[in-house]
Amino acid sequence: MPISDYATYAFTGIGLFFFIAGTVGILRFPDVFSRLHALTKADNLGLGFIALGVAFQADTWRDIAVLALIWALALAAAGTVSQLIARDALAERDGR
Amino acid sequence: MTDPTLYALTGAALVGIGFYGLLAARHLLRRVIAFNLIGSGLFVFFGAAGARGAEVDPVPQALIITGIVVALSASALAVGLIAAQTSATGHATLPDEDGGEDGDA
Amino acid sequence: MTLLLDVTLCAFVLGIALATVLGRGVFRAVVFFIVYGLLLSVVWVRLDAVNVALAEAAIGGGLTGVLLLTTYGKLARTGAEADVGRGGPNLPVALICAGLTGALVWAWFALPLPQRPGPELAEALPRAGVGNPVTAVLLNFRAWDTLLESVVLLTALIGLWILCRDEDWHARLGVPQHSRPGGVMAGFGRVLPPVGFLVGVYLVYVGADDPGGAFQGGTVLAAVGLVAALAGLIRPPRIADWQWRAALVFGPVVFLIAGLAGAVLFGGFLTLPAEIAAGAIFAIEAALSVSIAVTLAFLVIGPPQAGHSA
Repeated sequence: MPISDYATYAFTGIGLFFFIAGTVGILRFPDVFSRLHALTKADNLGLGFIALGVAFQADTWRDIAVLALIWALALAAAGTVSQLIARDALAERDGR
Repeated sequence: MTDPTLYALTGAALVGIGFYGLLAARHLLRRVIAFNLIGSGLFVFFGAAGARGAEVDPVPQALIITGIVVALSASALAVGLIAAQTSATGHATLPDEDGGEDGDA
Repeated sequence: MTLLLDVTLCAFVLGIALATVLGRGVFRAVVFFIVYGLLLSVVWVRLDAVNVALAEAAIGGGLTGVLLLTTYGKLARTGAEADVGRGGPNLPVALICAGLTGALVWAWFALPLPQRPGPELAEALPRAGVGNPVTAVLLNFRAWDTLLESVVLLTALIGLWILCRDEDWHARLGVPQHSRPGGVMAGFGRVLPPVGFLVGVYLVYVGADDPGGAFQGGTVLAAVGLVAALAGLIRPPRIADWQWRAALVFGPVVFLIAGLAGAVLFGGFLTLPAEIAAGAIFAIEAALSVSIAVTLAFLVIGPPQAGHSA
């Protein structure tokens, strides 16, 4: 197996670990804020490592750039949504 | 079992689940969701039929894309009707199913 | 190994569908439905239908999810989002639905196997003017269906607009949105639209030879407009604004003109001879994307409602 396949397995495995950790966090953490914390770890690190692992299978630089763009967009969306949810939960907890 | 058969069975099961949701639910938003489940189940069934054979058939795929867009527009219209019904009566249920929770038929 | 992947995927899809239908609470059903849409796009990739996967992820998962969530919010404001009494599982209905599934399964095994995607299609594809067979079918061989579909979109939008109250007809579409100036949503609503616009236009352009196309790109463009509107950075237009009415009908009109030109010049409605097919398809797709983007955005924003400041 070429080196790139080993790298793909390794990085995708790490990303999978972060996704599992994030999912366990969502299911087991007690309140909204800690769950958001777990969720963003899954989104940022998990997706990042999986994108990195898949990038080793890419054929051209263009494919790698597209993967990086996908990760950046997912990061922006997840960050924005987490902020909005947290702000709303805070307002609700403080009685608006 | 050839490969698409599993997906065809999944599509058939989705149609059954969707119909159950459509008939058994009382809240109208649930019914719109169930309607979408039926539609997407049928699309999967159709797409699996097109994926049999050596090469994938593009005609079912084109028709499915058309169907997805039309399903969205139907959902949008249905959702608008739900909003209008709710602002008129205050409940998101059909008129002859209102008041079922009080024990009336 | 791929069989394990397929079995797991189908199990997930069915489990999520059951959770959608049987779960407690309408919000749970909506959230599970959005997840279901995303899983379904993976199913489409497994069925070798990447164009459909793009359309399902964008329209089925994305736009339908936004539609259901905003409606849930509207219902929640008046207390109508509570799940009305569902009682226990409904056995007769479940049996009927199981029978329906069984009928479909029987139909699957009774269907005769096809011989390849038809010999006529295989020899007509090189003359279609585009490399992507799905785009060729959508905009050349079955262009009649696509023309009618664009009109159906317009009809649904008009049906939605009719639902507004008489005195609201001249108000702006949808409910007014606002966000904290300098906050996260406002920033997102400024950063995303340029990138999203580029992605949407690219999806339309690349749909000629690779997976993509007018519907997928148009949906991304509609989503870009929706993000900017949700952040309160642009206000939805009024129905009477003629520029937006023109944008709505631009696609169907161009399509119709192309069809009539085909009837007059080449002997058949919507006939595209091989020499001009590529250019004609590109022009039709560009016009169609504009209309699809505007129509889908208006469908999700909703009918005109009072409440906007003049």
